[in-house]
Amino acid sequence: MHLHDVWFVLIAVVWTGYFFLEGFDFGIGILTKLLARDETERRILINTIGPVWDGNEVWLLTAGGATFAAFPDWYATLFSGFYLPLLLILVCLIVRGVAFEYRAKRDDERWKRNWEHAIFWASLLPAFLWGVAFANIVRGVPIDAAKNFTGSVLDLLNPYALLGGVVTLVLFTFHGSVFAALKTLGEIRARARSLAAVLGLVTTGVASVFLLWTQVHSGNGRSLGALVLAIAALVLAVVFNRLGREGWAFTYSGVTIAAVVAMLFLALFPDVMPSTTDPAWSLTVSNASSSPYTLTIMTWVAGFMTPVVLVYQAWTYWVFRRRIGAHHIPGTH
Amino acid sequence: MNLALAPETLARWQFGITTVYHFLFVPLTISLSAITAGFETAWVRTSKEKYFHATKFWGKLFLINIAMGVVTGIVQEFQFGMNWSDYSRFVGDVFGAPLAMEALIAFFFESTFIGLWIFGWDKLPKKLHCACIWIVSIGTILSAYFILAANSWMQHPVGYTIDPHTHKARLDSIWAVLTQNTTQVQMLHTMTASFLTGAAFVVGIASFHLWKAKRKQAAGEPTDAKKIGVMRSSLRTGLVLAVIFGLGTAISGDTLGKVMFEQQPMKMAAAEALWDTQAPAPFSVFAIGDVAKGHNSVELSIPGLLSFLSHSNFHQAVPGINNVAKMEAAKAAIDLPLARHDGNPKDYIPNIFVTFWGFRLMIGFGMSSFVAGLIGLWTTRRRHWLAPEHRTGDEEVPRLMLTPNREMSTFFTKWSWRISLLTMGFPLIANSFGWIFTEMGRQPWVVYGLMKTRSAVSPGVSQAEVIISMSVFTVLYAILAVVEVRLMARYAKAGPNVEEQPPAEDPRFGGPYGGAGGTVSEESGKPMAFAY
Repeated sequence: MHLHDVWFVLIAVVWTGYFFLEGFDFGIGILTKLLARDETERRILINTIGPVWDGNEVWLLTAGGATFAAFPDWYATLFSGFYLPLLLILVCLIVRGVAFEYRAKRDDERWKRNWEHAIFWASLLPAFLWGVAFANIVRGVPIDAAKNFTGSVLDLLNPYALLGGVVTLVLFTFHGSVFAALKTLGEIRARARSLAAVLGLVTTGVASVFLLWTQVHSGNGRSLGALVLAIAALVLAVVFNRLGREGWAFTYSGVTIAAVVAMLFLALFPDVMPSTTDPAWSLTVSNASSSPYTLTIMTWVAGFMTPVVLVYQAWTYWVFRRRIGAHHIPGTH
Repeated sequence: MNLALAPETLARWQFGITTVYHFLFVPLTISLSAITAGFETAWVRTSKEKYFHATKFWGKLFLINIAMGVVTGIVQEFQFGMNWSDYSRFVGDVFGAPLAMEALIAFFFESTFIGLWIFGWDKLPKKLHCACIWIVSIGTILSAYFILAANSWMQHPVGYTIDPHTHKARLDSIWAVLTQNTTQVQMLHTMTASFLTGAAFVVGIASFHLWKAKRKQAAGEPTDAKKIGVMRSSLRTGLVLAVIFGLGTAISGDTLGKVMFEQQPMKMAAAEALWDTQAPAPFSVFAIGDVAKGHNSVELSIPGLLSFLSHSNFHQAVPGINNVAKMEAAKAAIDLPLARHDGNPKDYIPNIFVTFWGFRLMIGFGMSSFVAGLIGLWTTRRRHWLAPEHRTGDEEVPRLMLTPNREMSTFFTKWSWRISLLTMGFPLIANSFGWIFTEMGRQPWVVYGLMKTRSAVSPGVSQAEVIISMSVFTVLYAILAVVEVRLMARYAKAGPNVEEQPPAEDPRFGGPYGGAGGTVSEESGKPMAFAY
């Protein structure tokens, strides 16, 4: 196994970490309008991710940085090619981060409402757009001999990619509502569970269609395994949610996300960005990667730091493991 | 194509706008996290309430600031790929590594422990809570180090070879990239400047409150002694830091200048508008240049000083712009078979107006803050250096004393307080001009001597796309600037909340919200100490 194959796996792991963690952050952001009925409930939801959302988002920066270091051509082609969708994602992440931090800083109705709109839309749009982006990566886009994207933004808005967007949107919202059921107390917890039950069924439906489409279009034996795992985990998440086993439901919604990412990457391998213009011009793990020296350095750094990061991030979740109820929100009683 | 709207020009404008904007928040984040950590340490060690209030107050301003620093930093991580894809392809093997390390080592630290610090007031024992903000502070410094190592490589590429087949830079020694002297000196200069920035910020806000209290006293209105106590400690801390780091900025700046004379003679010649090699070389105080003819039409200079600044003696020659340009043009024509390099010396001269004035404004604004700190430190000095009748208590507004017996006149006192408020933002202006100078002074190169900026842009990105993204970021950043400045001003004006009581007992580790309560049931627990 070459080092660039190891790094292909590591990049997939980082994206899995990102979607697993920020997936429920996006979900929570969407639920502030879908589930919360009043100011206190909105605050309960926001505070379930309060201490952790920022650390979760760094997984994205790591994905960006690691792709730059390990596959410079992938980084260059992907982000210059998917220019406008990425711009929209960046704008959303900027607005969303500021919104969490600033919303409660003034006791002014209009101020809070504006930031709440920001939280909702800036969670919903990236949740959708990441699906569009990854579906397009797997499907292939026009790339020329110089490794540059030659299509337009309209090429990215094909039915398959749009379905991919819908899948990540509903999957993250489902993941978020399972997380909400796990982290809250009182009435909102019960409602989060019933919403998760509905969202779980919708997700199972659209995800099955999308994953089968992926399998038919670009799948192989390994990706079929991940497909089966994804669907099985999703069904288990729905079942455990019905049974009120919130921890297990969350575990399996997380496994679903991991399996979906794994399936997309397995369908992709050994390409990293297939060219629809000429398969010979596709970006692959070998023609897009860095030198063995850089990959070796980065393997040491990642091998040492990733476990450390996982330990202290897990520790944070443990410190803030308690559920939040209305009586924990300051200034409401 | 209209040159003003060429993709290179647009991409450069976007990079300039987003980066200068991002760097308004970075130095404040670096310094305020350490200052907050210092106050929290003082509180943990002495249990003095004023340090608790200072921690909370500066911590709050720090959080408003870091929120903007974090989100504008996301753009930086992706901008290279979006607008500079040919650059990313060419340097990725070298440049990507420090960026990935920054995310893995520094960003995770900062973002995870900032969450623990914000929400951990009632969930972590005091010492552990204090350790969290120190880790954040270390994270911000590490982050600066990795990105400066990356930038230093653009200024002075080391530890690489150009691959004969791909014609791209290939990393040979990560150690050389991370430890070369450009990285070290840039790091030192950026850190000292960052702490000067935070110091001036603290001094300005503390002065605002103390001067307001002074006026209230004069008008016979009641003042809050506790608030004055917090602000007095903050003022002194800020002044001490301003002097130490002002001096540090000057020394490291001088060292960086010497390194640059050696590594990028063009940049320093441009900084001085020194058109032709001179020995001894004069330091230019003021100049109006004529770029077309390659000389200054008006100039006021100090003989020999530039020789001294570059070589530590008053007679050695300093190379001029025209001479370096010729040298670079000749070298580039031979060295770089990669397309689009030419041998016209004029193309190797950066924008002299921007570099010359950027350099002067950087020094002028930065050093004004240092001088203001020095004067402030003297006039507010310790009580036992003053005649007994002029001594003020810990919770009083200090008198501004020139000599042990002589207080400043009312007029100068008033202006002293005002000036420290006015100079609050000076280091921010100096930082911006510093970056504009060092990046513009490297032009036409994006990686000095290896790749020109115009070869670095994304060939596949259309003019319309760059215009859209530049407009979107400019408008969004402008709106956010208004929001953040108003919010910051609101909290800065309100001052510390001296009613707030420090936690009575040390919070139990990971216990329920609301402190050290005995019960552990989920249904119990008091409101969170902090909530969004």
